[in-house]
Amino acid sequence: MIEINNISKWYGSFQVLSDCTTSVKKGEVVVVCGPSGSGKSTLIKCVNALEPFQKGDIIVDGISVTDPKTNLSKLRARIGMVFQNFELFPHMRITDNLTLAQIKVLGRSREEAAARGLKMLERVGLKEQAHKFPGQLSGGQQQRVAIARALAMDPIAMLFDEPTSALDPEMINEVLDVMVELAKEGMTMMCVTHEMGFARKVAHRVIFMDQGRIVEDDTKDEFFGKPRSERAQQFLSKILHH
Amino acid sequence: MIGDLDFEVIGRSLPYLLRGLQYTVQLTVVAALGGTFFGTLLAMARLSSFRPVSLTAAGYVNLMRSVPLLLVIFWFYFLAPVIVQSVMGWERPPQIGAERSAYITFIMFEAAYFCEIMRAGIQSISKGQVGAAFALGLNYWQAMKLVILPQAFRNMLPVLLTQTIVLFQDVSLVSLLNVTDFVGASVKIAQRDSRVVEMYAFVAVVYFILCYSLSTLVKQLQRRIAIIH
Amino acid sequence: MHLGIFLEQVPDGNMAWWQMLASGLGWTLATAFFAWIMAFVLGSIVGVVRTTDNHWAVRIGDAYVELFRNIPLIVQFFIWYFVVPGLVLAVKRWVVTLDPTQHQFVTAVICLGFFTSARIAEQVRSGIQSLSRGQRNAGYALGLTQTQTYRFVLLPMAYRIIIPPLTSEIMNLIKNTAVAYSIGLVELFFRTREMAEMTFRYFDAFTAATVIYVVIALTANRVMALIERRLAVPGYITGGK
Repeated sequence: MIEINNISKWYGSFQVLSDCTTSVKKGEVVVVCGPSGSGKSTLIKCVNALEPFQKGDIIVDGISVTDPKTNLSKLRARIGMVFQNFELFPHMRITDNLTLAQIKVLGRSREEAAARGLKMLERVGLKEQAHKFPGQLSGGQQQRVAIARALAMDPIAMLFDEPTSALDPEMINEVLDVMVELAKEGMTMMCVTHEMGFARKVAHRVIFMDQGRIVEDDTKDEFFGKPRSERAQQFLSKILHH
Repeated sequence: MIGDLDFEVIGRSLPYLLRGLQYTVQLTVVAALGGTFFGTLLAMARLSSFRPVSLTAAGYVNLMRSVPLLLVIFWFYFLAPVIVQSVMGWERPPQIGAERSAYITFIMFEAAYFCEIMRAGIQSISKGQVGAAFALGLNYWQAMKLVILPQAFRNMLPVLLTQTIVLFQDVSLVSLLNVTDFVGASVKIAQRDSRVVEMYAFVAVVYFILCYSLSTLVKQLQRRIAIIH
Repeated sequence: MHLGIFLEQVPDGNMAWWQMLASGLGWTLATAFFAWIMAFVLGSIVGVVRTTDNHWAVRIGDAYVELFRNIPLIVQFFIWYFVVPGLVLAVKRWVVTLDPTQHQFVTAVICLGFFTSARIAEQVRSGIQSLSRGQRNAGYALGLTQTQTYRFVLLPMAYRIIIPPLTSEIMNLIKNTAVAYSIGLVELFFRTREMAEMTFRYFDAFTAATVIYVVIALTANRVMALIERRLAVPGYITGGK
């Protein structure tokens, strides 16, 4: 479904990604972890071309992200993305947040989009908040709305960019619960997160990154059993001790 | 069309134009310094906890800021002799003339704008600094002069300089009182020699070069201050 | 000050002085109104262009803003009124078909429109840049095009954020119409001065003008505060006040 082939990226002379290669199969849940500044967020943003990269290629569902002939808007519309800071549109009601892209990008009718949005909202347990504005919801609720917004587009895969790291501790679980459920339903997911409990529960594979490189790319059991690299062991012990 | 242009008029009248520019610069510098001084006093008045003082200062600033500069220029041209007469206690209003009344105008007008900048500057200093100054036993004036204002002034220096560039441009309005500032000089030459196109194009280019270079310098200063902080 | 003077007839007309000032006010507001529309449209375009990833477009946008910011307004008036028709034959041909007031009005609108657009461009740019990069990414990630992302995501918030500075730009524009006096447009300041010189009642004329300008400023402030409140986003705390 997602193939990342030898991509490298530089900011000026500083290399943020070096020669990263991996893939996510249909129905697979892949967790990407690593210390801050390791390039994991940058990598996931390359998948839907929010970040340009200078070398390599990414192929999503058979379509090359770098091909100038690719219609990026269309491609992005098929991949859901959830951001660290939710990024709901503050001036729109929750319903409008859910329907905007359905109407403007997918060309759905207003009624159809609203129905679909409401269904997704129900799924994340927030149906009664439909007429509020994002600023009137808690962080956890906003992030669940953001997931619903992405799902309303009927994506073939979902990208999560540290979806819980901006949340207060007591709100993390409500978001993780939604993600776990989604994984169990067979959604293809690529998640940048430090939530190792989530990785243990639903991930098929775990990727560990450090200094712009993919250091480990293991099955979940291998990774939690005993990662090969010292860096990953150190990282795991730090993360799991609190 | 272009063939009719005669840019020699600029060379011929350069000394006269330069004298105009000199007046413009003088007026700008005096108004910037005077405006900063009175503006700072006004800012302190606006921040005073004594209501009559803060309200009066706010009223003055808001009045100045809601009226066109051109109207202010004519107001002071008309009022300046009366003001000087009453301040000095003279029997008759003196002959002041537009050239000198403009100094009063711009100091008073700019004071209102510099006041708002200095007020923001003073408010940007943390309450802790004020507390620390008082804790050391300084009185209000000492705390202001030695602790608060130097910091406020440094923080606001780029904004003050940017406002001064605006002032440098605004001074050109005195030409409408027949004052021979840079624009006034060019208007007179343009009309005398019927070289309107050449003169005004030249004036625009000179202003652009001067103001653009100055604002580039201010931007550099701003970057340097940002690094120090 | 005695108000009777405003009821007195203008020597060479069949109007009283108050009507003269009122007609000046009309020209002031009409000039400001049309210049604002022009400035808002142009300024928004240039402001948006300066936030795109196209380096050349950004540079041209920057140059546009610098050009109008670094030349005194009165000189810009002279450029539009004297220099442009003097250099461009087509403009000259068109200008001579206009009566003087029309010519002055059109010049004032164009001049103030460009001048103010550069300032609005600066506000629009900083408004857009004050939004997080994530908002733009969220728009793109949903499949919205760049135009749609600006139209539905970035600009609605950016405009809300910059309402206070836009308010001062409106007031600056209204005040700046007085500079159109330099090319002879019969706006409020022109009429004020005319009244002062013809009646020798400087104090009364200037006071009247001052009061009118202050009332305009207060009204503009109120209206914009009302708009700001109407457009406020629930639960969203804007910076500053």
